[in-house]
Amino acid sequence: MSFVSRAFKGRPRDQSRDARVPPGQYVVRDFPVLSAGPTPRTSLAEWSFSIEGEIDEEKHWSWAELRALPSETVTRDIHCVTKWSKLETTWEGVSVDTLLEGVETAAEYVMAFCDGGYTTNLPLEDVTGGKAWIAFAFDGQPLEAQHGGPARLLVPHLYFWKSAKWIRGLRLMNDDSPGFWETYGYHMYGDPWLEQRYSGD
Amino acid sequence: MSEQQFHLDGNAAGGLLQEVFVHDITDARGACAACGAVGEMGAQHLYMFPLAPGAVLRCAACEGVLMVVVHAGGRFRLGLRGLAWLEMKETPGSS
Amino acid sequence: MRTLVLAVPGWPGHLAGQHVDVRLTADDGYQAERSYSIASAPSANDRLALTVERLDDGEVSPYLAGELRIGDTLELRGPIGGYFVWDIAMGGPLLLVAGGSGICPLMAMLRLRQSAGGTVPTRLLYSSRSLEDVIYRDELDALAAMGSSLEVIHTLTREQPPGWEGFHRRIDAAMLSAVGWPPTDRPLIFVCGPTPLVESVADALVNLGHEPARIKTERFGPTGG
Repeated sequence: MSFVSRAFKGRPRDQSRDARVPPGQYVVRDFPVLSAGPTPRTSLAEWSFSIEGEIDEEKHWSWAELRALPSETVTRDIHCVTKWSKLETTWEGVSVDTLLEGVETAAEYVMAFCDGGYTTNLPLEDVTGGKAWIAFAFDGQPLEAQHGGPARLLVPHLYFWKSAKWIRGLRLMNDDSPGFWETYGYHMYGDPWLEQRYSGD
Repeated sequence: MSEQQFHLDGNAAGGLLQEVFVHDITDARGACAACGAVGEMGAQHLYMFPLAPGAVLRCAACEGVLMVVVHAGGRFRLGLRGLAWLEMKETPGSS
Repeated sequence: MRTLVLAVPGWPGHLAGQHVDVRLTADDGYQAERSYSIASAPSANDRLALTVERLDDGEVSPYLAGELRIGDTLELRGPIGGYFVWDIAMGGPLLLVAGGSGICPLMAMLRLRQSAGGTVPTRLLYSSRSLEDVIYRDELDALAAMGSSLEVIHTLTREQPPGWEGFHRRIDAAMLSAVGWPPTDRPLIFVCGPTPLVESVADALVNLGHEPARIKTERFGPTGG
């Protein structure tokens, strides 16, 4: 690409080669809202979270039951496949390890499924071992609907399309299977440090 | 940014769709595979970059996904499963 | 607001209502793209006009409405769209409903109508925050004064000049019923502006009895300016 628009700078983007910023990303201070569909509006009375699929007995939590579980506050950098990164974001949520306590499964993958029909797939080991949460607060405030509230999956070590908004459960699977964006060409795994944005990367 | 998700419509995807289809898609009529509603693609709801990692065209009647277009890595990938059929005009703007 | 006149060698011509995609590239390869309606009527020459509203926190509009100089080059894709277009042959009567910068594609339609002799009965209902925010204000006054069956009705939603006797609220069903053609006249209707306005106006028009197939919509959004 050789065409350059004279004197065009674009949005302020921190191009510093800071080691904490993955390749091809720029740092933003705001929190862009991206969505593949309308914002669902599920009431807390209707809300539930399930673990299903390759499991002997499905597990379910109501909102009250989820909130009664031990939760953690974590601060992490997040990286969107559309190239923005936001540093030091603070979330409160229930660790997926807590939800999987006592679950016996031979499954190696999960499909996160959400209100509105969004799905995304991940290896089970990428949502366990302290790497993933069901997050219900951001920056000390209840998670806004446009950012995935009442609760979203938070998996900061992968591109943020894997941190599924409006999550309602995890389905344990023996084999990997593409979720929404993965079906349309996005990478099955999505490691920002290897720039795994699209299939074939 | 306010709470409301401001989707656009198929008109805004016209430029992207021009790279893929020979004929204008904004004026193409299609049937939603989920609910059967028929309408022009320009009138359907669009969720697209920078608000999404790809272009997602949804049925204005039921919000079912009609079409997905991802232009990345030197390729265009289309998801067309949400359309039962799509009908394009030879000449844009004609009746 | 700034109107850019672009010379596009080999421009194939366009239809009133169509738009172009403008792409800017920074020297590190970063790109930003936005859509702009073509505000000029179709004509025989290679020129087209875009009217750009400068959004203070925008990324592209401050460049186009500020930095860009005569002689600069832009990357364009277009003309785009076949749905939100009006051609003389489509007839009328015409009801055009605009919110803010949604007037731009409708202006191309009004300019086309004028250049073709301007007899299609047309009403423009145009919502702006204040009189100062009305785009093409003088030109609209002049077109309406020509006595060519064009009426321009403004509604000023936030601030009105002293003595203002016109509408001063958001467009609603009562206003559309008062201003618009009755459904029995089967008007062709074009609605353009921010998504919430377009949706509430389109819903109200359908509820008033207008045929959905005669209502065409184009939503503009806060895609970053």
